[in-house]
Amino acid sequence: MTPTEYEYLRKFLRDHSGLDLSADKQYLIESRLLPLARKTGLSGITELVQKLQGLGSSVLATSVVEAMTTNETFFFRDKVPFDHFRDTIMPEVLKARAGRRSVRIWCAAGSTGQEPYSLAMCLKEMGAALTGWRVEIIATDLSQEVLEKAKAGVYSQFEVQRGLPIQMLVKYFKQTGETWQINPELRAMIQHRQLNLLHDFAQLGTFDVIFCRNVLIYFDQDTKINIFNRLARQIEGDGFLVLGAAETVVGLTDAFRPIAERRGLYKPNDARAVAGKPVLAGAVPRMAAIAGL
Amino acid sequence: MKTCLVVDDSSVVRKIARRILEGLEFEVTEAEDGSKALEICQQKLPDAVLLDWNMPVMDGFEFMGHMRRLPGGDQPKVVFCTTENNVAHIAQALSGGANEYIMKPFDKDIIADKFAEVGLIPVGQAFA
Repeated sequence: MTPTEYEYLRKFLRDHSGLDLSADKQYLIESRLLPLARKTGLSGITELVQKLQGLGSSVLATSVVEAMTTNETFFFRDKVPFDHFRDTIMPEVLKARAGRRSVRIWCAAGSTGQEPYSLAMCLKEMGAALTGWRVEIIATDLSQEVLEKAKAGVYSQFEVQRGLPIQMLVKYFKQTGETWQINPELRAMIQHRQLNLLHDFAQLGTFDVIFCRNVLIYFDQDTKINIFNRLARQIEGDGFLVLGAAETVVGLTDAFRPIAERRGLYKPNDARAVAGKPVLAGAVPRMAAIAGL
Repeated sequence: MKTCLVVDDSSVVRKIARRILEGLEFEVTEAEDGSKALEICQQKLPDAVLLDWNMPVMDGFEFMGHMRRLPGGDQPKVVFCTTENNVAHIAQALSGGANEYIMKPFDKDIIADKFAEVGLIPVGQAFA
């Protein structure tokens, strides 16, 4: 990709979607747009840019914008899990932990920070109920670059308009030119750490709540089962696991069970009950059936 | 079918907004300034107003004040959609009775998110 082509695409994306790429995001463009170019029967980025510059390519323009933005995370993504957090999870945790007055939350795919900051805002909105409590939110991600962005808590105008109610923007962010930064008080609530879920994460300790949304979809079945079973060891017996809308433990592991009428919410099963019923032996035939083996 | 009044002095913006809102299954009417929008509201109030701020004749903020004082004028959801992107304007709009606020440029996802936020469309639809 020539510098002229990159500049054209940067401006194109800014104009069409508000997506503001810095000067060094060539890799991101290539990784997202090369597959699109091939799928559309174009030879590469050069031809794609030529097509965009020509007239009557609005379908292609839309595809380009979508390819560049769909994997972006946003505040209060899917909304429902955060309603569950406020209405189901936290009331139970407040009761169960009233003695030690502390709660530990892990965002296992913290990405660029929208999810942990959304949880921090939920907790802030609970006001006095958490006075005197020690609240820990650990946000982990594979990518150092992504973690840096999460730590800074600086978002474009485009990003703060996805999922974030306007009252929360005014209340919890400070505007600096065209960008918005989340308040220091909320930034201080979160510890950011680099972590690969494939590696051992026992050192993180035990959590009351684990958000692990839309990351396991990238792994194969065996890896998913392995991660679920290791997650089960890091969660309190009465804790909560939150998965993405399209994800489930069903058919993969007996370490967790879904909570009725709370989509995406899971509780760990009693460790002894799980031990009495070997997880893999039960899961594999069902998996094989799903895979059509 | 829910109705949405799009108020913007740019015919291009109105056209883009109309296409997005019709995709979200709204019946759309248009007005090019606050005064014309008020005439429409005096006939029949819409379920939603997508409202620009700076317009000739009557601006969006003044229009909202008049509309909110009409009988039943507290009912429509008002979503500002403007290039005014500073906290002072946002706070003024909210205290003046706006339900949500979009900073231009906007796209389909932002409109769907904001409309879902104020209950104009189901949350699921915003992610469809």
